[in-house]
Order: sequence, then structure tokens, then C-alpha cells
Amino acid sequence: MARALINVPKTARRGEIVEIRAMVAHSMETGYRMGPNGVNMPRDIIRRFVCAYDGEEVFAAELFPAMSANPFIAFTLVATTSGTISFAWTDDAGETQTASADITVS
Amino acid sequence: MDDPSRNQNLSFPIGRRQVLAAGLAGLVVVSLPRRVLARPSLEEAINTFTGGAEVLDGRVRLELPPLVENGNAVGITIAAESPMTAADHVRRIGVFNEKNPEANVVVFQLGPRCGRAEVSTRIRLATSQVVVAVAEMSDGSFWSSRASAIVTLAACIEDLS
Repeated sequence: MARALINVPKTARRGEIVEIRAMVAHSMETGYRMGPNGVNMPRDIIRRFVCAYDGEEVFAAELFPAMSANPFIAFTLVATTSGTISFAWTDDAGETQTASADITVS
Repeated sequence: MDDPSRNQNLSFPIGRRQVLAAGLAGLVVVSLPRRVLARPSLEEAINTFTGGAEVLDGRVRLELPPLVENGNAVGITIAAESPMTAADHVRRIGVFNEKNPEANVVVFQLGPRCGRAEVSTRIRLATSQVVVAVAEMSDGSFWSSRASAIVTLAACIEDLS
């Protein structure tokens, strides 16, 4: 797997709701597309996305082939304490791509 | 035709039946893995998600562009009305479609630490169809919203049409 792009504000006030955007480069091959040899290309998608705030899972998603290539998910979190927001994408092969960002809460 | 003694009387009708049967069997075998046959319907998929519970209309908003140029990336936003407190929050949001090869699109798991029950993402649509978002509240109730889109360029599933 390749690159992940995440967008987390660097600073926030305590209790503020911040928007998190996360995208990972992945072809999300559906398994329904025909390859050049007339045989369906094998399915290869990201199955699960997890976002953890200071080690605690706060948001997760279960993905299916109907998600676009380079899956993009935007959601919100409450800024509670300064810490690390980490992201993990796991694909069909069981490989996990991770990314993380620090947030300072005042 | 090379051997008239075999074809003429006895074996011809049986041969025709066998050919017909083989042809039908062949059709079934070829179409099974690819066609929508194995796909659960929209209602069945929602039922699996809710565990058979009643789904009410409202409290959820699904934003889907009414006219989609490219079915490979359709931006959607789902927002549920919820205070998102520990006592009353959205637990899960499921998105389902009517005519893709698979009925599920995505299932989000939320919690009180999300602050707002609002998620945006990009999905694939194989053809013009209805998309449904179902939210599960922490009290166990299910709320849904549906929207339809007209798709001009479908996501790549050449063998579905």
C-alpha cells in the first residue's frame, strides 16, 4: 500500500468539534472489473478503517467494493486532550497502512 | 449426421433433450457467479444490518447529487440528528444501494467522541439507482433516509448490464 493523506488541525480549544479528513492511495479493485485477458481482476479492497484518539478507538468504518478508489472519509471528533490521532487502513491481504497526527488542545 | 443408423429413430429425441438440458445448465452455470442473482436486495441488506428491527423515516439526512457524471466517485454526506452524548448517540451508520453488484457500500461506527454524527465519503454507483443511509441510535432505534441519483458514466462493471 502506498501513501495516506490526513488532515487534522494542529490546535484546537478543549471541547471543540474538529473535522478530520483521511484518504489513502489504494486502487480498491472491486473484483467485478474485467482484466485484459477477459478474466475478472481479483478483488483487493481496504476492509477496515480505524481512527484512534490517544489509543482509544473513536471512529471506524467497514468498507465494501462500492467505495471509490483512494477511499476518502471525513468525520468529526471532539478535541478532548492534547495527543495523537492515529489512523489505520487494513486491506484484503491483511496489510495495514498507518498514519498519525498530533493535536494540541488548549 | 455421419452415422444415420444412430441418429434416426431412437436416440434423436433423447439427444435433443440432452442438448437442451446441457444448454440450460450451461446458461445457469455461466450466469451464476457474475450476475446479480446472488446479490441480496436493498431491503434484505438493510434487514441484515438492523437485525430485523423496524426502520423509521427521518433523523438522518443523506446528501447525494441528483445527477452524477462519473459513477466511480460520487460524493455523499450523511448527517444524523443526535446530541452525540454518552447517553444518546449514533452507534452506526450503514449505506446501502439498490443496483450495484453488492448491496453494502460502507458501515461507519461512531461514538460520543465524534461530537457530530456527520460523515462524508466517496462511493461508486454502477447505474442510476436509489441509495439508502440507515443510522442506529444508542437506544436501538433505526432511522433512514433515501436519495436517488441518475448516473451518466457508470462505475466499471461491464459484465453487469
